[in-house]
Amino acid sequence: MEFGLSEEHRMVQRTAREFAAREILPVASQLDAEHRFPTEIVRGLGELGLMGVMVPEAYGGAGMDNVAYALAMEEVARACASTAAIMSVNNSLVCDPILRYGTEDQRRRYLPVLASGREVGCYCLTEPSAGSDAASLQTTARLDGDRWVLNGTKAFVTNAREAWVFVVYARTEEEPGARGISAFLVERDHPGISVGKVERKMGLLASSTCEVLLEDCRVPRDNLLGRRGEGFKVALSTLDGGRIGIAAQAVGIARAALEESVGYAKQRRQFGRPIAEFQAIQWKIADMATRIDAARLLTLRAAWLRDQGKRCTLEASMAKLFASETAMWAAHQGVQIFGGYGYIKDYPVERYFRDAKITEIYEGTSEIQRMVIARNLLS
Amino acid sequence: MDVVVCVKQVPDTEQPIRVRPDGSGIDDQGLNWILNYYDEHAVEEALRVREKHGGTVTVVCVGPPRAAEAVRTALAMGADEAVHVADPALEGADHLAVARVLARVIGQLRYDLVLCGRLATDDNASVVGAALAEYLGLPQATAISKLQIGDSLATVEREVEGGVELVKVPLPALFTVERTINEPRYPTLPGIMKAKRKEIRTLGLADLGLEPGEVGAQASRVRYTRFEPPPRRQAGQVVTPDSPEEAARVIVRFLQETAKVL
Repeated sequence: MEFGLSEEHRMVQRTAREFAAREILPVASQLDAEHRFPTEIVRGLGELGLMGVMVPEAYGGAGMDNVAYALAMEEVARACASTAAIMSVNNSLVCDPILRYGTEDQRRRYLPVLASGREVGCYCLTEPSAGSDAASLQTTARLDGDRWVLNGTKAFVTNAREAWVFVVYARTEEEPGARGISAFLVERDHPGISVGKVERKMGLLASSTCEVLLEDCRVPRDNLLGRRGEGFKVALSTLDGGRIGIAAQAVGIARAALEESVGYAKQRRQFGRPIAEFQAIQWKIADMATRIDAARLLTLRAAWLRDQGKRCTLEASMAKLFASETAMWAAHQGVQIFGGYGYIKDYPVERYFRDAKITEIYEGTSEIQRMVIARNLLS
Repeated sequence: MDVVVCVKQVPDTEQPIRVRPDGSGIDDQGLNWILNYYDEHAVEEALRVREKHGGTVTVVCVGPPRAAEAVRTALAMGADEAVHVADPALEGADHLAVARVLARVIGQLRYDLVLCGRLATDDNASVVGAALAEYLGLPQATAISKLQIGDSLATVEREVEGGVELVKVPLPALFTVERTINEPRYPTLPGIMKAKRKEIRTLGLADLGLEPGEVGAQASRVRYTRFEPPPRRQAGQVVTPDSPEEAARVIVRFLQETAKVL
């Protein structure tokens, strides 16, 4: 049993922490207020290797592992959950499937650019009427000569407004459900793809979430990602890694709530003493710290399993479930500790509260995670 | 232009530093060990010299085995090679002894320039760099805030009271750097991976032909007798005035009557 980090993992953690403290934290609240995509920061993350953590060096990435990714994600999310979401989609939901299922040509074309942070990718699975039940998606793709022709509407696509490449899941076969689905790499400049409504959200305001419209969208035949009819497998195996990223993001948000709360509790005085001296506050702080530590351990365990090439669906779901509920709970406690000041935008816990909620919803709701966990135990 | 950079591993001062109850030293339980900030700037400056003039950057460190991580950090920033002198006989070596070991290592390397941090944030001594220049017989300038390399001559700036001192120094030379000299780069993830594959040449005193009697505790002129934590700072006084004008009046009165500085 070894709970310590390796030398290089500590170095990755430190690089991410210092970059986040110097470049992201000072502008996080402003990015949120202005709903502004942090183009420069994303480029900076790319230069550090954080936009393609697990992409091998041969394809322009950092060639590191899931543990490094989880550590970096926590640090970035500690400063800005929106930036962490942008990073997570690019790493887990775009680079990862291209690396695992892409052809050599696809890897060479997409990975170096995506890993550099000069362009980002996005993941188009969800549809207006296919959310948790993703296998019921209705977008279609049919072969017409040397092109695939895609038609349908995708919903809640993070990064869509800025994205260069879209991983699109569409139905290629007559068969219903999971078996008829294939994955495609669609570029911004392919005819027939457009970004629709940009959603007005509760949180993650510095990242875009949009509708994506495919209207007779024509992509080269070679842009099929993975084998025909095996798209759902691509989608699900991608999500194991994605959930580790979201779990780490949630740990980062929760830690932000804890650290801000500790600082505030020590300096805020009521009844003649710092509120940190009241047991009511101490217990909140103790519970926050304990749950955050447990969430981090679950997350790193799942990341470690994936690095060993072991199946981690159950552990990734447990990590994602527990960490996201911890983030929401810790942000809730944070707002309570700040009292009235926690409810206004002059202090960051208000943002954490809004940002935390989505971690219980995207990349599988808490209910879906519980289904995955229960299925693993009961089947 | 071949540059040698001397680095030290120090405790991260962002965490509380505690003195051992018996006063024998710093309690190293739970300390994070990092590359000395000033040395980060020295590494950065060396990398910039290499980027402009070509050559190599070699990192040299004297310290216990754990200090290899600080060396690895410098390699991850982009240094080419590294030498780490780790020998149990160096336990208790003072600054001059460390400088003698560094001089022995660097004397065997090819170099045009030696860079050190102005001080290490653990003991703030500012001794090793200057002593090393003496042992190597090199001209030196300390606490430089700007470095320009010319033909066989370096022009450096030193921040002095009320202005900047310009010094021209013939090369090879040794400089210790101030933190204002540059903004160090972060070790990138690919850099960290590359550093993993670079070799750190680890040497003991015997490899350098040195005896513990020359550079170990016995040869040291400084001995630590006791550590004590600094006295606790008094709690600040908090005033809660009704208006900015009232706040200014309270502060002026404090400066005049209590602090007696106005």
